[in-house]
This record gives sequence, structure tokens and C-alpha cells, in this order.
Amino acid sequence: MTPILQVENLGKHFQMHHLGQRLHAFEGISFALHAGEFLLLRGPNGVGKSTLLRTLYRSYLPRAGHIWYHTSEGRIDLAVAADVDIALLRRREIGFVTQFLIARPRVAAEDIVAEPLRRAGIPAVDAIEESRRWLAEFGVKRDLWRAYPTTFSGGEQQKVNLARALILPQRLLLLDEPTASLDAGARAALIRRLADLKAAGVAMIGVFHHPGDVAGMIDREIELIAQEEPADVAV
Amino acid sequence: MTAALALLAPHLMTTPPLLTLQGVSRRYGDVVALEDVSAAVYPGEVLGIVGESGSGKSTLLRMMNLEDTPDAGDYRLALPDLPGNLFVLDRFARRMLCATRIGIVYQNPHLGLLMKHTSSGNVAERLLIAGERSFAALRGRARDALEASEFPLNRMDARPFELSGGMQQRVQLAKAIALEPALLLLDEPTTGLDVSVQALVLDTLKRLQRDRAITMVIVSHDLGVIRTMADRVIVMRRGRVVEQGLADQIFQDPQHDYTQQLVHAKL
Repeated sequence: MTPILQVENLGKHFQMHHLGQRLHAFEGISFALHAGEFLLLRGPNGVGKSTLLRTLYRSYLPRAGHIWYHTSEGRIDLAVAADVDIALLRRREIGFVTQFLIARPRVAAEDIVAEPLRRAGIPAVDAIEESRRWLAEFGVKRDLWRAYPTTFSGGEQQKVNLARALILPQRLLLLDEPTASLDAGARAALIRRLADLKAAGVAMIGVFHHPGDVAGMIDREIELIAQEEPADVAV
Repeated sequence: MTAALALLAPHLMTTPPLLTLQGVSRRYGDVVALEDVSAAVYPGEVLGIVGESGSGKSTLLRMMNLEDTPDAGDYRLALPDLPGNLFVLDRFARRMLCATRIGIVYQNPHLGLLMKHTSSGNVAERLLIAGERSFAALRGRARDALEASEFPLNRMDARPFELSGGMQQRVQLAKAIALEPALLLLDEPTTGLDVSVQALVLDTLKRLQRDRAITMVIVSHDLGVIRTMADRVIVMRRGRVVEQGLADQIFQDPQHDYTQQLVHAKL
């Protein structure tokens, strides 16, 4: 079976011009991921787990290597794909889940959650119905569905964020500590949703502060180790 | 060691860009306003243009609105019945094209509005240029556009000089979208407004973009505005494009020295 993702010798560093320095993140990362597989990234704080996720999502530009992503129309290297192609994949196939919600003024919780469905062309009535189902599932109180999350507590914002990020099934899901600071009910809802998505064939790569949360789902682990930083190189 | 990897041409995106600019250069005397600028904007996309004062970002937007002709360069919109390079159009053809297919909102409402005509009249003027003559239709469509811009309809006969800055921008926006343009250009649309008013105007723009999938180009020196609005970003300096990328990448992993300074200077 063809993997959905093949990462080859991926490398990332940050060039900080004002310091004339290069900040090393990681290099030589290689792995393959198949549909329905769950890959856990492990390693101490600051070793580059989140950086790797963001590099796969192209919020960070890779510096070396390949990220072969297999689509129905052949494979594409996310490391060098055009920005508009990445934007297209993010709308349809590749999701990123963080603990942070970017709330916008005057947009109701249920509209924020429904947005990915609306963008995928699902009629407003159906999208809102589905959105409410997920808000309920994550334990957001009914009174808050029409309210603006800008005023919510951090925990409630995070539930809205998760509902939004997981409402539209993607092929590849990148999870950056989504369970951090969730209450028990929401955490259980999240784990249920991830398990369903995995069973439906969604491939996942995750960073979890408490990997025990997802213990039953993990197929493979990659341990990132602190690499010898190359001596500072003048830019 | 390694430079950034060079990106490939679009492969999955099979729809051609709505807007294509190629090799646009413009000098005013000795001043280089634009130097070999190229850009593409895809249907339904929001492109942000950032840069400090004098970077050429507003000049570039004015080129897109056919207010000026460059010394060199090619500008195309993928719309029916248009010639290849739009810079060859005469003044009359430009005016018609801008009135019917391109909307613009300026930072300075005096550039976009007749301050002593009514707000509804300002919007209706755009419809008149496009050939609408029935008074009832003019008023009805002006009303619809003002409503879509979340302008309070009980004030539609107020004159812009009587309105607050935020409301003036809503009248400009209504005028810009009255004919359902293919392209909406926004030149510092919220600069100078109170922060709370700015958030509301941006929210209106977001709603319009989501509900109508209008292709937008927004120029701002305010990175927060660009971050809220744009899918992709072009960074300009001294008339040149120094960097372009996905909005989150430009803000989280800027590559160019100048972009890093811009991003780090943000509060």
C-alpha cells in the first residue's frame, strides 16, 4: 500500500538576520505514514516536535529534504509545492489542530465551527446543525452557541477550536498538544473523535504532553533527540 | 549552507489566476515606485500586500485599479470580453471596466466619495455609470449594497461628511460592491479608525468575503489587519517584492531580513 506521507531527510533551521545567526531545529528526519495510522512524536521540551509539525504544514519553510504527500492525482512534495497548492490542500485534506483559537470579533461560536463545512460547499442549515452537534459533543453549553468566543474562557475557546478543527474529516491531521488544559469531558470527546477519524482512515501525527491520553491509538513513535547544534554560522 | 528551497509552479490548483501582473515597473522622475513586480491572485483568494511607507504597495494597488500606466508591464484579468494587456485600454474603457468589474476602498474617503451627496446617491452613482436608469432600481440596489456593508439604513440619506470614519468606509464599501465586482481592492481600509471600529469593519469584510467569495487585494502597513484578512502575502520594499508566501508562513517564519524586521517590530 502506498503511504499517504513519506518524509525524507527533512531539515529545518531558522536564519535570524538581525543576530547574524542560524537556529538549528532538526535534520535528517525520515518516516512514512499510511492511511489510518497514528504517529506519536516524542522528546523533551524544545527538541522541535511542534516545529516539525509546523514544517509539515508549511507554516515553517523546510530547508532540506522532501515531504511526499500522495493525492488522488499523484504525489506532490509539500516541501516545495506552490503556496496556492498548499492552501488548497489545507482547505480539503490536511488539518492542523492546536490549543489556540483565533477568535474573531462578532462571529458566533456555531459559525466559527461551521466555517470549514461552509467552505466545502455544505449548505448553511446543514453546516450549523452539524456545528451544534459538535459543540454539544465537546461540552460547550447551549447558551454559548450564539455567543462570540472572544469573551470565552481559555478552556471554552479551546473546545470551540477543536470542534472547528475536527468537524470536516481530513486525510492527514497534525495535532499539536490538543489535550493540554482540557477538562475531562472534553478530553474524552476529543479522544472519541480522533478514534473515529482514525478508524475512518485519517492519518495522524501528534504531539501530546500526556501520551497516555491516546495510548490505545498509537501505531508508531518517533523520538526526537537534541542534536548537536552546528556552531553558529555567520549569515 | 542551504538557501531556502525554491518553490514549484502550482500543480493541484488548476483554476487560472483571476489577476496576473507581469514585470510591472514605474518611475516618477528619479524615484523608482515599482521595479519588475509580478503577482497573481486566484479566484476567491485574499492577497495581502505589506511594506512600509514608500514601498510601492499603494502604487501597485492603483495599477490594479488602472489609475496609472506603468513604464513596462502586463496586467490581465481572466474575465470575458477583455483584451490581453489591460494597460493598453483607453481612459473610457478603463473607467467602464473599473466601474463594473473592480471595486476599491481608499483609506481617505474623500478619494472614493462625493462628500456632499447622500450616501445612497454615492452608491447609486456607480450603478448609473453601469447604465441603470430606473430610480426605484437604483435606490433598491443602493440599499442592498449598504445593507451588505452593514451600514445603518436609517442613515442612507445622510451625507458622508456628516458620518463617522467607520461609516464613511462602509459607504465606500457599499459603492465598491454594488455591481458585484470580480475584484475588490482595499487600500488601508481601516487605517485611522478606532481599534474597535476597525475590528467591526474587518469583520464586515470577512463576512462579505465568506458569503460572496470575492477576490480581494488588501494593502496595509498594519500587519494585524493583513494577518486577519489575507491567505497569502506579498512583502514590498523600495518598489520590489522581497518575499511572498502563505500568510502564516510570512508571520511565523519570515525569510527575508526586511520581513523579519517588520514582523518583529509588530507590537
